[in-house]
Amino acid sequence: MTTEKLKAGMNLDDTTRSELERAGVIVSQVDSLYNWARGGSVWPLTFGLACCAIEMIASATSRFDISRFGSEVFRPSPRQADLMIVSGTVTKKMAPQVVRIYNQMPEPKWVIAMGACAISGGPFKQGYNVLKGIDRYIPVDVYLPGCPPRPEAVLQSLNYLQEKIRTQDIKSDPAFTKGRRQYPVPEFTGKDLEPPYNPEVWQPPANPNIKPLEEVTT
Amino acid sequence: MNTATAPNYELIQQDGLETSLLEISMGPHHPSTHGVFRMDVKLDGETVVDLKPVFGYLHRNHEKLAENMSYLSSMPFTDRLDYFNSMANNWAYALAAEKLIEVEVPERAEYLRVVMAELTRLVNHVSLIGFFLNDLGALGTPLLYAFREREKILDLFEQASGARMMCNYFRFGGLRNDVPVGWIGRAREVVDRFPVFLDEYEQLLCENEIILSRTQGVGNLSRELAINAGITGPMLRASGVNYDLRKVDQYGIYDRFKFRVPYGEAGDCYDRFMVRMLEMRESVEILKQALEGIPEGPVMGNAPRVFKPNPAEVYGRIEGPKGELGFYLIADGTPKPYRYRVRPPSLINLTVLRDMCLGGKIADTVIILGSIDIVLGEVDR
Amino acid sequence: MSHIVSHEPILMKFPGTNWDEEAGALVVPTAQAVAIATWLRDNDAFSLDYCSNVTGVDYLEREIKEKITNKEGKMETVARTEPSRMDVVYHLYSMQKQTGPLVFKQRTNREQPEVESLTPVWRSCELQEREVFDLFGVNFKGHPDQRRILMWDEFEGHPMRKDYTEPFDYEWEPTPHDEILEKHQRGKVIV
Repeated sequence: MTTEKLKAGMNLDDTTRSELERAGVIVSQVDSLYNWARGGSVWPLTFGLACCAIEMIASATSRFDISRFGSEVFRPSPRQADLMIVSGTVTKKMAPQVVRIYNQMPEPKWVIAMGACAISGGPFKQGYNVLKGIDRYIPVDVYLPGCPPRPEAVLQSLNYLQEKIRTQDIKSDPAFTKGRRQYPVPEFTGKDLEPPYNPEVWQPPANPNIKPLEEVTT
Repeated sequence: MNTATAPNYELIQQDGLETSLLEISMGPHHPSTHGVFRMDVKLDGETVVDLKPVFGYLHRNHEKLAENMSYLSSMPFTDRLDYFNSMANNWAYALAAEKLIEVEVPERAEYLRVVMAELTRLVNHVSLIGFFLNDLGALGTPLLYAFREREKILDLFEQASGARMMCNYFRFGGLRNDVPVGWIGRAREVVDRFPVFLDEYEQLLCENEIILSRTQGVGNLSRELAINAGITGPMLRASGVNYDLRKVDQYGIYDRFKFRVPYGEAGDCYDRFMVRMLEMRESVEILKQALEGIPEGPVMGNAPRVFKPNPAEVYGRIEGPKGELGFYLIADGTPKPYRYRVRPPSLINLTVLRDMCLGGKIADTVIILGSIDIVLGEVDR
Repeated sequence: MSHIVSHEPILMKFPGTNWDEEAGALVVPTAQAVAIATWLRDNDAFSLDYCSNVTGVDYLEREIKEKITNKEGKMETVARTEPSRMDVVYHLYSMQKQTGPLVFKQRTNREQPEVESLTPVWRSCELQEREVFDLFGVNFKGHPDQRRILMWDEFEGHPMRKDYTEPFDYEWEPTPHDEILEKHQRGKVIV
């Protein structure tokens, strides 16, 4: 445990603290202890969709070694995982399954959108089958750009996530306030997914070009 | 109850027990499928009675995108087709487009193209063996050994082209830029040490009792069915057909190198595994010869600035690590292709998945899928 | 190099076929397609036992301008309309003789496209013909399992056709281009 966390919110001076430590007593907040434990052992789900999955696997191999940051094992079952790294293009055919898997993960859960395709559609954005970003249906915690991002970038995004976890306040944690977050699964229709995005999670940015007085054709 | 669809297989009948078939959907998210691939299997106990593959979960409409872009703009997209072997995909597309215009590729570029393609073949086969053993149950250790070698070769790619995986290195008429100083020496070092790694791998794996008993006799593919179903690549050669496009078409400068083509007899998973191990040794031979003989010179030929070919139709194909990768282009005189089609080896090799898996156990299905070597980026494009 | 397969014997044996010089392909009438394909596979001179690539091409009705010399000997541009059609193209090779390719085309119209399936002859056509059905809408008579392969089952429409418009679900971003920029500028928002 770092000394900043130990000092969090406590009004002890250093001599008292070191005396206590020598006697075997460590004083801290429940928040810090909780977040330290959670952030230090984030277990990802093996959720590789496309090319970025290979860089995710490469970050787990012995050269880059993600397990020194706590992600010791990659669990294949969503019920046993904490983190879903959406790596690769999410297509409209696959989107309902992604949302279902997110629903099956127990709290606390986080999502990293890895690669340009998961963030916003990527190089394949002009596609009839490509979902323009997974954040249309599920909330994303860290966005990791790149095509594909290097394994060192994957490790950096994991560090950012751990920073974010360490500053979470457990009183406002969605896991304790709302129960397990579950989002409605989109359905297939003749043209597109229904709904095309989930308004609770994502709102499209306002288009500054709207000309309400002109006739809008097509 | 549905009737069994496996030939010569009778459903388990036992007096006093009422049984029915179990329908499972394996995928699209599964620890052992190679990407988002789904199989609907019907099981009678543990025996597979019916199997239907479902794809389309990674369909990114590459072909439609290419119709709206110029010819050269589709080159980065070919990297993402079969994301393990980006250099080989680039070469197939460059070959097809070079048939549309008359351009001469310089000698140095041809040699470097062969070097890159064979390094890609090493990367692919080594990763495949790692994933295959992962499916067999050796959770991760052979994969880590394989990725150790892959990292050395990816370092070479990064020094030459700037990116580890999506290299975008080939252009119509040559390569984008020359390799940096000292690259050839480093490549020679990697290639010289590769047989040591292959020896270690072979010693640990090829006579391993578990591998022998789990892969021999599993997933047999007969010669006639393989030819009729359009199977290509190591899978075809494991069934006993001597058809390698490097020897048949002799594209590039492959006619200058001496190498053998390994092929098997029984067409089962063990033969496919061994064909790939032996192909890696042959690739090392080709690399040694190519790295010896690289001449000096430019790496880019005189391709026109604006690529606007006359109306014509071409089909260019190469022996990719997974099979025959072909590009069918229809040009109509404009800078954009009228029709751009990728012939995916992984999709066509999946035609026989059902035939090989019926009558076997569910655990064998996973191994057979692993030995076919599919990449979903190519199957779905 | 692969030896090119000569097409003259086929034109002589099956009079309904003709050779498209510009494309370098054999155009085969739909009724005879299976018979010709079986003959090509089994005949010893050809033994085209490997069908490598099956794809569809969509041609809308278009105007072609050609420069020809007219009766006075001057060059003039003549415009003619080429009717719309849909092609299904097969590339055939022979593994036994190591020759090829022979390009084989079946032509049909765009409104109700229907051709013969060559899956009974070459098994490699099975998945590729399903893809042509899915993306172009061509009906293959005699295909053992014709259903959508790449798009989801409830999808309507055939995306690779030239007149397909995709659903507009692009959100506004500062750097769009081409038709997306144009639509955003006209005020079209995400659906």
